[in-house]
Amino acid sequence: MAAVTLLEARGLTRHFGGLKAVDEVDFDLRQGEIHALIGPNGAGKTTFVSLLSGRIETQSGRITFDGRDITRLPAHARVRLGIAYTFQITQIYAALSVFDNVALAAQSRGSHPLGAAAMEALARVGLEARKDQIAGTLSYGHQRLLEVAMGLALKPRLLILDEPTQGLSQGEIETFNGIVKSVVPEATVLLIEHNMDVVMELAERITVLNFGEVLATGTPAAIRANPAVQSAYLGA
Amino acid sequence: MRDKRSLILHLAVLAALLAALPLLSAYHVTNVAKIMVLAVYAMGYNIAFGYTGLLSLGHAMFFAAGLYAAGMGISLFGLSAVGALVLGPVAGGLAATLVGLLALRTAGVAFMIVTLMFAQAGYLTILYFVRYTRGDEGIVIARATRAIGSVDLSADTPRYLLAFGIFALALLLNLALVRSPFGRIMVAMRENEARSRMLGYNPYTVKLTALAVSGVYAGAAGAAYAVLFGYVGASLASVQYSILPLLYVLLGGAGTVLGPFLGALLMFYLIDYASSATSAYLFIVGAALILLVLFAPKGILGTLRERHARWLP
Repeated sequence: MAAVTLLEARGLTRHFGGLKAVDEVDFDLRQGEIHALIGPNGAGKTTFVSLLSGRIETQSGRITFDGRDITRLPAHARVRLGIAYTFQITQIYAALSVFDNVALAAQSRGSHPLGAAAMEALARVGLEARKDQIAGTLSYGHQRLLEVAMGLALKPRLLILDEPTQGLSQGEIETFNGIVKSVVPEATVLLIEHNMDVVMELAERITVLNFGEVLATGTPAAIRANPAVQSAYLGA
Repeated sequence: MRDKRSLILHLAVLAALLAALPLLSAYHVTNVAKIMVLAVYAMGYNIAFGYTGLLSLGHAMFFAAGLYAAGMGISLFGLSAVGALVLGPVAGGLAATLVGLLALRTAGVAFMIVTLMFAQAGYLTILYFVRYTRGDEGIVIARATRAIGSVDLSADTPRYLLAFGIFALALLLNLALVRSPFGRIMVAMRENEARSRMLGYNPYTVKLTALAVSGVYAGAAGAAYAVLFGYVGASLASVQYSILPLLYVLLGGAGTVLGPFLGALLMFYLIDYASSATSAYLFIVGAALILLVLFAPKGILGTLRERHARWLP
């Protein structure tokens, strides 16, 4: 079966002064896969997904999503097309209730009835009992899960998760893994992750970035066996 | 349940204002009519500042747009009082949209400065075209034109009732707005713009819409002021009139529907009593504001909501 490409980047470039944060990157995302993006600190992972989500403007290169050129589309319009991004540093509405946080996401998607859609997303991450709590008073792990719930409530076609398991306990990581597995194949997941156990458990394909360039792309087994990756990253 | 409770509260406040009319002396009838008009202005300010997080220092321009549209419309172009009351909010909304188109390219302190500059430019424009606006001296609107049919709007009771009608309409629309899906998005923009953008909301259009609605309120209040009190002068377009609604909103509670009215009521009477007691009345006003910032930084209703009544809209 030929895989359908959902998102395609060609020659994607973003420099900050002399720093080549993302340099001439070609990248393909297949419909319905879980794709992990790994690489050492400063490899350009967050910059790269920021280019995909539109939070940072592309200098040169081209991004197509579902056959449509989105390179110049502002971030909020890309979200409307179905590209959801969850932040590396938790970005919730700390002063609003848990329910309102998720309702804002569901409302953006035009979900109706709103309350049911929001509660469904909360139930998927196990936060439905805390719907009336002020989001800022949640524990850190629960705030991360709320962030994921907001991503789910957007009913995205592509869910970009930027280091979602950072700071989570082992039990919370297992919950999280289950959530991500339940999202595919209806949606596609692009995951930036440092926790190799999570990557190996979830990812069908892995792309390794180093100094703003793609070092390798392949299955977990191929990546593990790749000598260039080993010397650059896995430290074997 | 909580929707019903807050609707009852707001209707009770309106009923109390109506019931107060026969009980108040002529002096207080005039005062409360003026407070209701200023409260409409402050409600508009609150939509931008309290709900959407846009700290503008230029709302006097939107108030003045309604004020002068009504005042010059009546005195120069023979507009009726009703026509003036319709034209005012249109002028205020238009002014806010035009200023917003440019000013909303900035945020934070820069937004404060840009809006302040626009309002100062507006103020100086009024002074410059003194032939039409009569500058500082102002336009006194003839009593005969301040009427709807045979009802004289410069008389105490009709003036109070019309001010009440505009206030009631503004209050209920405000309540509906903040409970609407768009109201939730305004708050989202105030709380976290980056997050809201990544939920698919365009910050620019959301803020521009909120500012335009805010301008409609300010313009409506300006036109009501002109028609009900018969005076249109440049001092009402000065920076002081940009600060005033900010103080009302801070006192009453930013981001609460009743806060602007409560703030306007208390501040008006605080100034009224303080200035009858001492010529240094601004000292007393200042002291009150310092106490507010120290003990209730979210304003009276904001603090009440936080501690006792989370259902307050």
